[in-house]
Amino acid sequence: MIIIGELINGMYKAVTRAIADRDEVLIHHLAEDQVKAGASILDVNVGPFSNDPMSDMRWLIETIQKTVDVPLSLDSTKIEVIEECLKITKKRAVVNSTNADIERMDRIFGLAKKHNAQVIGLAVDKSGVPDSREKRVELGAVIINKALEYGLSIDDIYLDPIAMPINVAQAQGIEVLETIREFRMICAPAPKIVIGLSNVSQGAKKRSLLNRTYLVMAIASGLTCAILDPLDKDLVDAMIAAELIANKNIYCDSFLDAYRKK
Amino acid sequence: MAIELIKEKYTGPINTVEIGAGQGMVKLGGETALPFLFREGDMPNKPLIALEVQDCEPSDWADPVRDAFGDAVKDPVKWAKKCVSEFGAKILCVRLQSAHPDFGNGSIDASVERLKAIAKEVKVPLIVIGCGDDDKDNELLPKASQAMKGSNCLFGIATQANYKTLTATCLADGHSIIADSPIDVNIAKQLNILMADMGFDQKRIVMHPTTTSLGYGMEYVYSIMERARLAAFIGDASLAMPFILFVGQETWKVKEAKEFGEKQGINWEIATAAAMVQAGADIQVLRHPRSAVSITKYIDKLMER
Repeated sequence: MIIIGELINGMYKAVTRAIADRDEVLIHHLAEDQVKAGASILDVNVGPFSNDPMSDMRWLIETIQKTVDVPLSLDSTKIEVIEECLKITKKRAVVNSTNADIERMDRIFGLAKKHNAQVIGLAVDKSGVPDSREKRVELGAVIINKALEYGLSIDDIYLDPIAMPINVAQAQGIEVLETIREFRMICAPAPKIVIGLSNVSQGAKKRSLLNRTYLVMAIASGLTCAILDPLDKDLVDAMIAAELIANKNIYCDSFLDAYRKK
Repeated sequence: MAIELIKEKYTGPINTVEIGAGQGMVKLGGETALPFLFREGDMPNKPLIALEVQDCEPSDWADPVRDAFGDAVKDPVKWAKKCVSEFGAKILCVRLQSAHPDFGNGSIDASVERLKAIAKEVKVPLIVIGCGDDDKDNELLPKASQAMKGSNCLFGIATQANYKTLTATCLADGHSIIADSPIDVNIAKQLNILMADMGFDQKRIVMHPTTTSLGYGMEYVYSIMERARLAAFIGDASLAMPFILFVGQETWKVKEAKEFGEKQGINWEIATAAAMVQAGADIQVLRHPRSAVSITKYIDKLMER
């Protein structure tokens, strides 16, 4: 399972403040703690309140890269910001994200090819988030085809079926799980499949419980990557157990330690 | 249309373990694909064959194996020298059998002295195995380990029930360790983790998945080895150790090998070892020198790319 750590995000007040004050210490802590807890990629998002996303993103990336040596997921809707960030990332970056609109795909995949980056492709287009698995799979296929057209490898594409908040779109929970199953059959080898896990519990109570339950169900459906809070130990424990039961790892009595030592 | 072969892509290499110091030093492991699939990955170190000697005359060995060494089996140093000079062994496995309560219950100091004498006379890396009695080994192996300090030996055998003494002593004296698991990949993984928890470098562990002879469930060992190896290749560091197998010990105790003449016995040992090479064995300890010579040629042939 690939964990993309979600905590460096301007949605969190502390991060917004750190960005405004250029407080490196907090960002260093968040980066180091997430990597220590198992994140192999860190998401970087300045949040919706940034007055200057370009310079804020650049500062975040430079700050993170001073202390950890992992790939970064460049989480921005602005293509010009992504382009600038791709020039300064030391490790192979993940562009977060494109949707299935031709125009955006052309620009994002073009950039990814040029900078040797990976891409998260959201199963969503101009008409919004699909409400059925069929539409999601169709958009997934469109994204894969376009990526291949640009000469990207399937290994470098993460398809995201768009997990929806349980308290707003309860029926979508199962649709997304079924989409994960069908994404695996879009091509061979199967693409990577990712969800933004915390979305599921957005605005709900008992968020940690909802997150880890959904993660386990999604792993059973074939999820290979998640953007999540790696510091939620119960969540990561559940993930390790689910992967074990899914026969992704060999059991031993110390299976939690064994996974974390990997 | 040309048929394109499907090639697996793996991420995790098998660890490389060095045994011995100086010129004769050998390397085990380092594979990045299943055995001999050179188009999928590399096999930087060829599988090795060690000959086994004991620190006392082997009272329970089959006649064809004893006869192959003649009178040398009565003198461990002569025996060891013969393995190297006459049969070209590049690595020896010394089993300190004399200390075992059922094999003379000899003194620990005498056993260690014989090990030192062998090490002094032969300049090849050594695998050193205890007598097999836990209590005795927990006294014997620390002394043997200290005596061999600096020689970078491969010591064995650590089991899930008895690994702490050996692990601590090898850690102190700079040796590698054989970790044993009774045809059980879960225990193999667990033992590797337990030893790592004591601060022992996982990259100095060689796994013994248990050995059996042709005709006695060898296929099961094969499947366990393959499973562990595939897990290692996709990134499970706690199973990324080279394998050692004691093929000589296992084959020469089955009746098909020891009761139908020397030729059949040798063939039995060769057939078992040949299968285990394909299963991913990085080093095999054999008993009959002619088997060792034949299987070494076979490996050399397989290593031609």
